Amino acid sequence: MAKHRGRGMASINYPIGMNLGGDPSQALVHSNPEGKFTVTLSAIDLGQGMKQVTRQIAAETLGVPIADVYVDTADSDTGPHDMGSFASRGTHRVGNAVMVAAKEARGVMLEAAAEELEVNAADLETDGRGNIHVKGAPSRAISVKDVAVAAQFRQGKTIAGRGIFLIPLSEVNAETGEMSPVSCYAHACLVAELEVDDETGEVSMLKMTSAYELGRAINPKLVEQQLVGGAWMGMSHALYETPEPYYPDIAHGPRDYNEYVMPGPGDICPHDIAVLERPAPDGPFGGKGPGEMCANPVLPAVANAIFNAVGVRIDELPITPEKVLRAIKAQGGARPQAAAGGRR
Amino acid sequence: MLEFRKEYFKDEREDGLNEVGQPRQRQDMLGHVTGRTRYFDDHAFEGLLHLKVLRSPHPHARLRSIDVSAAERSLGVKRVIRAADVPVNKNTLLSLIGFGKDDEPLLAVDKVRYKGEPIVAVVAESEAAAYAALAKIRVDCDPLPAVFDVEEAIKPGAPVVNETYPANTFEYHDKYNHQKLRFGDVERAFAAADFVLEERYQMSPIEHAPTETNGSIAAPETNDRFVVHTCTQALFFSLGTAAKLLDLPSNRLHFIGGTVGGGFGGKVDSLTEPLSILGAMLTGRPVRYVLGREEEMLYGCPRGAERHYIKDGVMRDGRIVARKVTSYFDAGAYTRLSSYGAVKCIAHVPGPYTIPNVHADSYCVFTNRTPATAMRGFGITGVDFALEVQMDKLAHKVGMDPMEFRILNAYRDGDLKAHRREAHNCALIECVQVAAEKAGWPIRDEFRRMNSLTGGGGERAVIPATVTDELGRIGSGRPASTPSPRAPTLPIPPPPRVPQPMAAQPRVAPAPTPVAPMPPAAAPPAREQPKPATASPQHGATRFSSVFGTRRR
Repeated sequence: MAKHRGRGMASINYPIGMNLGGDPSQALVHSNPEGKFTVTLSAIDLGQGMKQVTRQIAAETLGVPIADVYVDTADSDTGPHDMGSFASRGTHRVGNAVMVAAKEARGVMLEAAAEELEVNAADLETDGRGNIHVKGAPSRAISVKDVAVAAQFRQGKTIAGRGIFLIPLSEVNAETGEMSPVSCYAHACLVAELEVDDETGEVSMLKMTSAYELGRAINPKLVEQQLVGGAWMGMSHALYETPEPYYPDIAHGPRDYNEYVMPGPGDICPHDIAVLERPAPDGPFGGKGPGEMCANPVLPAVANAIFNAVGVRIDELPITPEKVLRAIKAQGGARPQAAAGGRR
Repeated sequence: MLEFRKEYFKDEREDGLNEVGQPRQRQDMLGHVTGRTRYFDDHAFEGLLHLKVLRSPHPHARLRSIDVSAAERSLGVKRVIRAADVPVNKNTLLSLIGFGKDDEPLLAVDKVRYKGEPIVAVVAESEAAAYAALAKIRVDCDPLPAVFDVEEAIKPGAPVVNETYPANTFEYHDKYNHQKLRFGDVERAFAAADFVLEERYQMSPIEHAPTETNGSIAAPETNDRFVVHTCTQALFFSLGTAAKLLDLPSNRLHFIGGTVGGGFGGKVDSLTEPLSILGAMLTGRPVRYVLGREEEMLYGCPRGAERHYIKDGVMRDGRIVARKVTSYFDAGAYTRLSSYGAVKCIAHVPGPYTIPNVHADSYCVFTNRTPATAMRGFGITGVDFALEVQMDKLAHKVGMDPMEFRILNAYRDGDLKAHRREAHNCALIECVQVAAEKAGWPIRDEFRRMNSLTGGGGERAVIPATVTDELGRIGSGRPASTPSPRAPTLPIPPPPRVPQPMAAQPRVAPAPTPVAPMPPAAAPPAREQPKPATASPQHGATRFSSVFGTRRR
């Protein structure tokens, strides 16, 4: 009886946004008379950071500091239509809508500034710190605040913008499945290292090492939060979770967190992550979305590492100790495979 | 530990922006870490009532009679809501985008189709009073045979779960009981392959387990409207669903949400809003309907189970030449979003690899279990598990390093995908290379030098002569063939050697197995004219075709 170490890997891609498109998002952006902006949406922040991602996209597009932008969501009386927060569509779809709205608002802001400075709006640029100046002549400048005051009280202009982003709905061919599912994909490859106890069938995660490509990382900290948490969820899906442990038997349904088995703090493992950014041609600043796909490579990588450790293939999720132990017994004991990638 | 590898795709990106790419603290952080963020359930209303539902104890039963008289007299009860009180008691979630037929009541009519299906709702002064009243409701019902396995459900003679789809399968294009993917000729390629491997994979349902359970509070406003505080993941989706079920103009509903305590896909189905609002309409008071933890876990719509059969043909040098996938998505008793997930699966097959011959059938199957819904990675997570374990087995079979095996078969810019669109913006090869490097997993130089930007297109972008079929027509009976589980591996004699550019030109991506152009197979004669779909007993409405299904008004 012994513990056996194993390594396994998997690589995946993930479609961004609703399959087939047809999932619009709208955004409104407006300034108050002091040059402070509000982005109004009906998108949902599930904790993933919808508000912050759209806030940074708005600030970047407007050319103002992040502190001058807040995002208000979600109220159906004020927020324009959005399909919803699912299908890894938030950054890509809502982000694009916010960009469109912010560009329109920026256009009005620069026109108002041009009128105040008596120059052509095309000659102006923002410094990202709350000022607008003539390109190449930083001293010919006006603050966004002064522009907003002038627009509201002297010029009678609304510094505001509307945005929508829609990928038109694709048809699906009944005979061949020909379709245009999505416009871009995120990618990942993950190595799982673990230990299998051949006496109990228990699997202990030791380490995960991964590379995720997710388009432009709009906010690196939000990306990290998604990748770390999402990989834990993938590990949890691989080894622990189901409300029907003997599917298709519906019995043994869990009633609370004592009965629904998930990993605790002692069960998770270090995760060494590399992020690659290949910008999506139609993403906001190239953004795609890390939300869903970060969990996906973990499930097969864990299954493959278990095979590497003890030589059994468990093709049914979740890979519970019972399944591992039964498979080891059926095989007549653990059969460690050749070291994966040169080592265990 | 997280590092950015900025050297990759540097030419395609402008770094050094002011806000984008900066690790700014989120605007809602302070509220979250101090516990002061307001969620839907943090809104207090004077005179708040509580709604609870009576759930079916049977997975499948005919309802004979429901006696609510004692419940109506129960202490603190303001209103008992029955199926007849629901203005339009039949819906399907994706009717909002014109996909599928209405197949699910808000409160059960005539029949219950899963254990836990809501039958009657009680609105009372407290949750305790509501529960006490529920215990006094008498439901007389006849249990029916139930079916829980997707492949059992599609066999002739299986119990009919949902009469809207009498064959227990969702209907695609008004024509087939599954969605097809046909690209090239897999059978021909299997015959020419050095190895063929067929395997079966299964994913059990998974619960979203959000910290905050599904719930909503609806209150009458003074302007003949209703305000609804909700944790929905899709504000207008839920508003539209409620407006349809309650037959209300959408502008009489004012939905407020946007801050949600975990969703993962489990808060799209609008499980509580329609009943909260109906309760407020019928009592004139604010009504709160929140799922308890047990309800959330057992009846709050999980990620659905999936079963995938994968049959691959692979050459000794590691090139995959054919992939055939048969997938069953277990929808549970009602469609919800599973029909969509099955099509998303078809779009995903064969995974991020360029394979010259691909064939897939994806079924959305009805069983007598809690309706499934979307969850993180919907339509993909279970498929990726199956595909990537299969990839590991194939690498093992041909004696290749699994990393190198992925890189060899990876899709590249310019390749044609099986759904007949050109791949671009690919990055799988680079992810494998970086993961291998970080994990200290050596791969050979030729594989380290490959990339997603070159080596694609050309022969890899040609639409192959494709074999199509008309199997699985609606009305022609159950699916014609089901792969046998655990089919043994069939070693096939090696074919005549095919040109292998890999050996001579290591940087050039391998060409697909040449398959001589062949005339498209003549469509086999339809074995039987499709029977007209059984008319639904409720809410007769016209059907008309949409992009990939049928819908009812």
